[in-house]
Amino acid sequence: MHLTSPQFKSNVDHALHDAQLQKALGNVRAGFIDKRAKAAAALPEFEALRDNARDIKDHTLAHLDLYLEAYEKRVTESGGHVHFAETAKDACAIISSICKSVGAKTVTKGKSMIAEEIGLNDFLEADGLTTVETDLGEYIIQLRHEGPSHIIAPAVHLNKEQVEADFRRVHKDLPGDRDLSEPASLLSEARAVLREKFLAADVGITGANFLIAETGTSVIVTNEGNGDLTQILPKVHIVIASVEKITPTLNDASQILRLLARSATGQDMSVYTTFSTGPRRPGDVDGPEQYHVVILDNGRSSMLGTEFEDMLRCIRCGACMNHCPIYHSVGGHAYGWVYPGPMGAVLTPTLVGVDKSGHLPNASTFCGRCESVCPMRIPLPKMMRHWREREFERNLSPATVRWGLSVWSFFARRPKLYQFSTGLAMRALGAFGRAKGRFSFLPLAGGWTKYRDFPAPEGATFQQQWKAKRGAA
Amino acid sequence: MPNTTQPSVGLFVTCLVDLFRPNVGFSAVKLLEDAGCRVSVPAAQTCCGQPAFNSGDRADARAIAEGVIKAFEPFDYVVAPSGSCAGMMKSHYGELFRGDASWASRVGAFTAKTYELVSFLTDVLGIAEVDARFPGTVTYHDSCSGLRELGIQKQPRKLLGSVEGLTIAEMQDPDVCCGFGGTFCVKYPDISNAIVERKTADIETTGAKTLLAGDLGCLMNMAGKLKREGSHVEVRHVAEVLAGMADGPAIGEKR
Repeated sequence: MHLTSPQFKSNVDHALHDAQLQKALGNVRAGFIDKRAKAAAALPEFEALRDNARDIKDHTLAHLDLYLEAYEKRVTESGGHVHFAETAKDACAIISSICKSVGAKTVTKGKSMIAEEIGLNDFLEADGLTTVETDLGEYIIQLRHEGPSHIIAPAVHLNKEQVEADFRRVHKDLPGDRDLSEPASLLSEARAVLREKFLAADVGITGANFLIAETGTSVIVTNEGNGDLTQILPKVHIVIASVEKITPTLNDASQILRLLARSATGQDMSVYTTFSTGPRRPGDVDGPEQYHVVILDNGRSSMLGTEFEDMLRCIRCGACMNHCPIYHSVGGHAYGWVYPGPMGAVLTPTLVGVDKSGHLPNASTFCGRCESVCPMRIPLPKMMRHWREREFERNLSPATVRWGLSVWSFFARRPKLYQFSTGLAMRALGAFGRAKGRFSFLPLAGGWTKYRDFPAPEGATFQQQWKAKRGAA
Repeated sequence: MPNTTQPSVGLFVTCLVDLFRPNVGFSAVKLLEDAGCRVSVPAAQTCCGQPAFNSGDRADARAIAEGVIKAFEPFDYVVAPSGSCAGMMKSHYGELFRGDASWASRVGAFTAKTYELVSFLTDVLGIAEVDARFPGTVTYHDSCSGLRELGIQKQPRKLLGSVEGLTIAEMQDPDVCCGFGGTFCVKYPDISNAIVERKTADIETTGAKTLLAGDLGCLMNMAGKLKREGSHVEVRHVAEVLAGMADGPAIGEKR
């Protein structure tokens, strides 16, 4: 996916003036929050599950090497193959060579954020393969040549009228009088088109929500069943997943599954939860002949043992962005890469460099709503602050911010000088603002007064008034 | 002779209250004294250091925090009329001194005795009602740090419920950020504006004539937006109403 995070501010400007997007973002605010709250409230042990899930992942990350080895052993024993990919390019090359080895022409794909991260579709298309996204949202954005704007609802930035127009543009044999005005009719149309693709596919690629070390099993959750058709019908099933998807046992995965759908969509469970262990065995009625798992690092192991390690607990439920006032305002594309919202603001700097994505951890009010709903209790604001520290240390923060901060700090560290200067300044500002009680323009405060009036100070500071009334403390 | 059974409280005024709305500080003093506290205001205070901390400048944040801790060592409690500053001092100072054994006990003692004003009155002193009158309907915005770092939600509503003549009309999503976010509002003014526009719409829908909250930053943001939109909603700090000191001009109104 083309990186536009460095142009975050112009992305924001575009997003705020996009009426279709703003309408669609209303659905995010209305669609996810109450459902999650109800699902969490209906499960008495929800908070305890969050603690457990955090502990399970922390334990796993502390012993990641051991669990990866155990997982690889189990997959191999069940007849599958594990491939370790250090970089995005390595992962794409491995997948491409598996496809070539079976003479594949068409590849179906279940929804995978890792595939987006490594730019898999473009890579495979360049190698002459046809890739077909089978998740409805992913299918829609593939038709539009867009990236996902949300990690579980990739087309959430669109309204149904836009989808209808895309279907009419691409599905040439659609009769003009076919009703596509409702989501259900759009879904039927996509199903009909995708059915042919499922049957024609040589290779099916899915992501994974869990890789279970105990059994060598990969797990996907979907609501459309497309993942099952993607991985069962073709000759070859390739799983692409990142290292932190490793989970020790089936029991561990089951506990985290109880949090995942509730946090994401407010469902108790997603409609399909599919466990896959190895290729088709003798006597199985269906399943792929080959089963491959590509495990991607792409910089994640460098987060281990750092202040960013907690981010590796993320299970990609999307609750953080569903509850984020910034995401609600600008949507996912403004973040400029694969992962939007608070989790993206922490993860993207790791994966593409904070020098290119420095806006993301700064564009937060630190309201903390993301952390309050994160099923894995990831301290997202704290980690965004850590990125700001790295930027400050490396002199990446804007010069105006650094200058303002250093002047302010100089005074804040010297109470007597501070009180003398602020006392003078507030008297002046108070005198100028007295007539109206507020300023509609103030020098050096254009960011504020562009949209808001600036309330004038009373005049004398509290410290001055206190001294006059009660004497020095 | 001071009454030694009275808890001594060092008031952390907060920089915004000190500079822009001293009346909030005097309201806090009145509430604390009415509750039986001896209130002092150390002169050696400026700011809690949050702007530096949230900008990634730990060295300055730490230097400011050291000054605050020293200035408030003589008191039984540190109380601030702000969830944001109290949250910074109570929840984040520990991180600034992590691994520094020479400061550990001083920081621990400081964070343990630091509170936001309304939380201190209710949770620590057990105050259930105030002696104040404020006729009319108000709506209350939960500022983020107070709500999510310090668990302040029921406390202000409980005390407001005891104010004579006052009715609370809850807005849609009172727990959602107003878009202030400290330096955020000037670094990303366009996003901040989109957020505060939703907030002021929710405030107007309640029909309340007064908006209250416990943090002056959020209040100045919302008041500034309401005034720019030509709204007649008046904006005040919750302490001013609880102390019965809300008869002067509201935030952003002419004096």
